[in-house]
Amino acid sequence: MEPLVTSVDPADPIELAPPPSGPPSPGHPARGGFRRARARRTLRRSLLGIAGIVGFLVTWQLIPTLGILDPRFFPTATDTLARLFEDFRDVEFWRNVGRTMTAWAIGLVIATVLATILGTIIGMVPFLRRATHTTVEFLRPIPSVALIPLAILMFGIQLQAALLIIVFASFWQVFVQVLYGVADVDAVARDTARSFGLSRGSRIVNLVFPTALPYLMTGIRLAAAVALILAVTAEMFIGTPGLGRAIIFAQSAGDYVQVYALVITTGLLGLLINLVFRFIERRSLSWHQSVRGEEVL
Amino acid sequence: MTLHTSTITVPRPRSRVWASFGENIAYAIGLPILLLVIWGIWASASPAPFFPSPLIIFEAFVDTWVGPAFVTDVLPSLGRLGLGILLSVLVGIVAGTLIGLVRWLRDLLEPMLEFFRAIPPPVLIPIVAVLLGPTDTMKITVIVAGSVWPVLLNTIDGVRATDSVMTETARSFALTPVERIRYLVLPAASPRIMAGTRQSMSIALILMVISEMFYSSSGLGYRIVYFQRNYLIAEMWGGILLLGLIGVLLAGIFGFVERRVLRWYHGIKEVERA
Repeated sequence: MEPLVTSVDPADPIELAPPPSGPPSPGHPARGGFRRARARRTLRRSLLGIAGIVGFLVTWQLIPTLGILDPRFFPTATDTLARLFEDFRDVEFWRNVGRTMTAWAIGLVIATVLATILGTIIGMVPFLRRATHTTVEFLRPIPSVALIPLAILMFGIQLQAALLIIVFASFWQVFVQVLYGVADVDAVARDTARSFGLSRGSRIVNLVFPTALPYLMTGIRLAAAVALILAVTAEMFIGTPGLGRAIIFAQSAGDYVQVYALVITTGLLGLLINLVFRFIERRSLSWHQSVRGEEVL
Repeated sequence: MTLHTSTITVPRPRSRVWASFGENIAYAIGLPILLLVIWGIWASASPAPFFPSPLIIFEAFVDTWVGPAFVTDVLPSLGRLGLGILLSVLVGIVAGTLIGLVRWLRDLLEPMLEFFRAIPPPVLIPIVAVLLGPTDTMKITVIVAGSVWPVLLNTIDGVRATDSVMTETARSFALTPVERIRYLVLPAASPRIMAGTRQSMSIALILMVISEMFYSSSGLGYRIVYFQRNYLIAEMWGGILLLGLIGVLLAGIFGFVERRVLRWYHGIKEVERA
């Protein structure tokens, strides 16, 4: 865990000063040169990155073509990508994407809300924190897939069964981060708030929440990735409709091109979720030292 | 910067030591016992078919797992899990150090690695299963293919973030590349590597369970699904309990190793905080 700046007060005017943006003022040649060097480096990076992707696709294409792996079970890149673009025009494909993302979103929201409320309450009361410690440490490492049989018994092949798995897995990610965040409140800031006579509610809004926010955002980002894993897993092995079940269906039908196309789809969804949540994290913490520090440089 | 620390230890009276020990124990087991008692009372007051009382589960747990089943089902599963984790960590650290040190390699591979990490690992199971068949190799491959990414990407990040002053110092002291990796790069990256290992371990456990649940006829995951399909509810709960215990055991081993490996790092953090 990165050490984060303690006692960040969003009301502090210095903290709110926007990071320098826009074109650098003329008469700063050093800065312009720095910019150009950085632009060159970014260009080099993206060119190499594209080269890496092309190289990967070529390798993938060659493995079945040269007969290293059986092309029936390991289709070529061109076949798979062609199928993927075909799928993009298919309504059922988008419906499956929608189902997976719905389960993902509902699960993530339930887990986040529960974990934030419980984490704040337990984190702020030392008695509760001590009393729940062993219980949390025992429940947290239980792999949520162990609950799949129970979920099937309780709910059958329904969305609730998938949600049970998703919520159980992603709850702990947020919960533990919120606990850390609430415990991280600076002692001096807390005493100051108390001697200024801030009410409990005002302390939570103005002190605890800003301190815990970076932790909360990290927790939500991790939970979003975990929730997608479990959403797809639940569809594969419980049988609720969605991309995961489509993969199992394609596999049973022996349509391995479709299996690969769908696996790539889940990868793209995961990538999208990572990018979106990293973006949200940066935007919502733009006032925070850990983010501003990178932007100023 | 100088740091003066001195500690004067005053022996505490024996009775107070015992009192605080008792208090810790009470805090540690109080809530679990309370929850178990509530569960037990609730289960006997309004018997729900899928939630047997803790006593019945415990009995089934002992009957099922203590004995030959431990050797035939649990030990092979644990062996595959351990081997999978070791291989992922090894591959992740070696490849990650290489990629992290060579800048063009990093730029070349980074987009692909980000993509591979984003694939939900369980979707790899059907692919690997058809290529390798329902063998031990398949299960270990699935575990490695899914859990190598957190270690790999964290190692790359950690190696890249090595302090540049230290790198230059190492260079001007003419350390050989091997020495540089051994004494500078790997220690500097170790906090990130350990963070990655922690994520990898939980993914590995998930993959072990799933690959056995649906592509196997032995092992812990298979047993749990078998119990569920035959409505042996208490035995199924026993299996879930065993998986929980394995998770706790793994977390315990990891915590021990992490404290040993990162002792210097936690020390620095404490000094910084003081």
